[in-house]
Parts: sequence; C-alpha cells; structure tokens
Amino acid sequence: MTGAGGPPAAEVVAAVRAVLAGIADPEIPAISIVDLGIVRDVTLARGRLEVELLPTFIGCPALDLIRATVAEQLEPIRANPDSGIEQVAVTISFAEPWTAERISDTGRAALRASGFAPPEAGPQLLSLAAPATCPYCGSRRTVLENAFGPTRCRSIHYCTACRQPFEQFKDG
Amino acid sequence: MIARARLPRDRERDLEKATSELLLALADDDFVLGFADSEWTGIAPYLEEDVAMSSMAQDELGHAAAYYGLLADLSAGDPDRIAYDRPADAFRHCRLVDHGRGDWARTMARRWLYDSANAVRLEALAGSANRPLADLVVKVRREETYHLLHGEAWLERLARHHGEPHRRLAEALELVGPDAPSVLAPLPSEALLVDAGIQPLPGAELLTRWSARIEPVLGRLGLDLPAAAPAALDPRTARSGHGAAFTWLWTEFSSVRALDPRATW
Repeated sequence: MTGAGGPPAAEVVAAVRAVLAGIADPEIPAISIVDLGIVRDVTLARGRLEVELLPTFIGCPALDLIRATVAEQLEPIRANPDSGIEQVAVTISFAEPWTAERISDTGRAALRASGFAPPEAGPQLLSLAAPATCPYCGSRRTVLENAFGPTRCRSIHYCTACRQPFEQFKDG
Repeated sequence: MIARARLPRDRERDLEKATSELLLALADDDFVLGFADSEWTGIAPYLEEDVAMSSMAQDELGHAAAYYGLLADLSAGDPDRIAYDRPADAFRHCRLVDHGRGDWARTMARRWLYDSANAVRLEALAGSANRPLADLVVKVRREETYHLLHGEAWLERLARHHGEPHRRLAEALELVGPDAPSVLAPLPSEALLVDAGIQPLPGAELLTRWSARIEPVLGRLGLDLPAAAPAALDPRTARSGHGAAFTWLWTEFSSVRALDPRATW
C-alpha cells in the first residue's frame, strides 16, 4: 500500500527495478545485478520494500557490498513520502538456487564483451562437463585449467585455437 | 506408573533444541574444516592448488555462516557470536575434522572422506521438513559438487603414483580413516529429528550409503580404509572431547576477535 495520493505499489516497484537494473556487479562491473539474475523478487507491502537477492555462491564476499549499494541507491525513492515506503529490507534468499540460467541475454553479451565466457545454460554444472566457448575467437577448442578462479564465481580456461587464457563465469 | 503424554509445547521445545544440535553440527564441521584448510593459503604445492584450496576454504566458511545464520534465527542470536565467542569445548564438529591438517596427502584424504560423507548427508537433508535448511542445502550441494570432483582427482593422482605419494596417502587414511564415520554418526537427539522429518534418514542408513559409494573407489585404487573407531560412532563422543590440534586452531581463529571483542568491522 502506498501513501494517500501516491503512485500505486506496482509503479513504485517498477521504479525500484529500474534503479536495480543500473547497479553493477562489484566484481564484474560490465554486468548489472539484474542481468546477472541475482535479484529474485521486489515486493512492497505495508510500507516495507523487500529486495530479495540470490547469492551466486554462498560465501561470496561481495554480497555485503551489493546489499549496501542497493539500500543506498534506493534511498531517494524511500525518502520520497509519496512512495509509501517506510522501510527497505535487502535480504539474502535461498528459496531457489542461483544458476547460470538466470543470466539474461544482455548479461551474456556483456560478459563476452569484457572477456568472460558466459556459463552455458543447461543441466547442473554443465560448465565443468563441456568446453567453454572462447570469448575472444569463439572456438570451443578450450581446456579447463582450474575450476577455481580469482573469485568464487569464476573458473580459468585456455583457448588452444587463439592461445588466450580466459575466465568463465561459472555455474554455482 | 502410567506414562504421561508429553505436552505439545514440550515437544516443540525439544524439537527446537534438536534442530539446533543438527545445525550446530553442520556449521561447526564446515567452519573448522574451512579454517584448517585455509592454513594452505600461500603454501599449497602450486599456484592453481593454492587458489583451489583457498576457494574451498572460503566456501566452507560461507556455508558455516549460512548454517550459523539459521541457528541464530532459531535462538534470536548473532551468527558471529556463535562462531567466535564459544569456548573450544562447546564446538560440536566431528572427530574427522578435529585432526590437524598434516601434510598434503592427509589434507586431501580428509577432504575426500569429508566431502563424500557430507554429500550423502546433504542429499538426505535436501528433503528436510525444515524448509529453510532444505532450501540452503540445495545450494550448498551445487557448490560441494566442485569439492568432491577436486578431492576425487587428488585421491586418484596420489594413489596411482607408487612410492612416496601412495605411501603418504595410505598413512593418511590409516590416521584419519577410523574417524571418518564421525561425520555421519547419529546425533544424541537423532530419534526426534528423524521422527519429525528434519533429518530424513538416520545415521546408520547414511553410513551404509556412504560405504556403498566409497568402497568401489577405494578398491579400484588399491586403498584400505581402517575400521571405524568406536568413539567415531558413539553419539556421546563423535563430536566432543577435542584434541590438541583443535585447541591450537581455536586459539588461532578466535585470536583477532579476542583482541577486542567490541570491535566492529
């Protein structure tokens, strides 16, 4: 419910979603948290705005930073008395697991453009079973060098076609 | 004397206590193993392994934090206080993770034993009647898949190289193997947890499933797992009476917090 005369809740939620779509992932700033698929739901009820986030990996140290950034970026909307928001809660949810399939097509293109192979969407942890596609030359003649990379959500690969090491955003 | 039926409120309280016991076991196992394995950061045999071990240690601490979070929700407590402000003897990790990390072969043997047993435990808990736990376990299992593949690859690698690698692996299994079943040993409140569906399968069934899974691997690699130590199967001792290696680790991981318990980060 919103304040008397304020916009309906659906409009406020849409405005919130627009703000979220502009928040970059702190570890790979080329992709937004919405395109990465970590925003599970946005709800507004009885003055409480809840933004539910799904961690890519449970021990991801960027989560606290993402939560703080979301709260900070939503502050102008909250501060507007017409929004009907009294409280903003940014919560971590495990109601469903984050998987590679949650990354949008825009997000996949953004990852490729910044030198990351997007994870293949498909069965569980396919990123380990099938060779990653090289983001530089598009070849599938690649090998997995290490299932563990510089952050929890990245693995390290090598392209034998263009001889370029690259990373894949991995399925978690 | 006529037995008096327990009041539902008593049962609710008992069940909450039992659930806390299960969450604490899950959390402490991952917390202690995560800290022990993080000891390899910077000194693993080569760079890729350094990254892999550090990543797995980070995962375990992440999983522990999530389990402590569920525990804190039950008791209106603070996950950090549960993790860092308990005396060493209040920890309820299993005997397998109580050992020091030892050499690389011991760390790999322990990881594989733990990951294989934990996989069986988590597979069952994914069907827990406790919804927040079941949801979390679904995600934990996906991450643990990477750990299990890593451990199996190392077990195979060490076992197939005769001479020192095989010898060290065999010695490691000899030392930590008898304590491996402690991961799945029944908790003191198991009957209640199983009855309520919070822990869908009893420890005895989990142990049978685990054996069926690891025996073919051990057989193929010419490895022996010694018989279980009686203390590793006894609910009273499987998760208490910790040794010197843990006292050292506990002092280490609680040292920064002990410097200034009121500090905020």
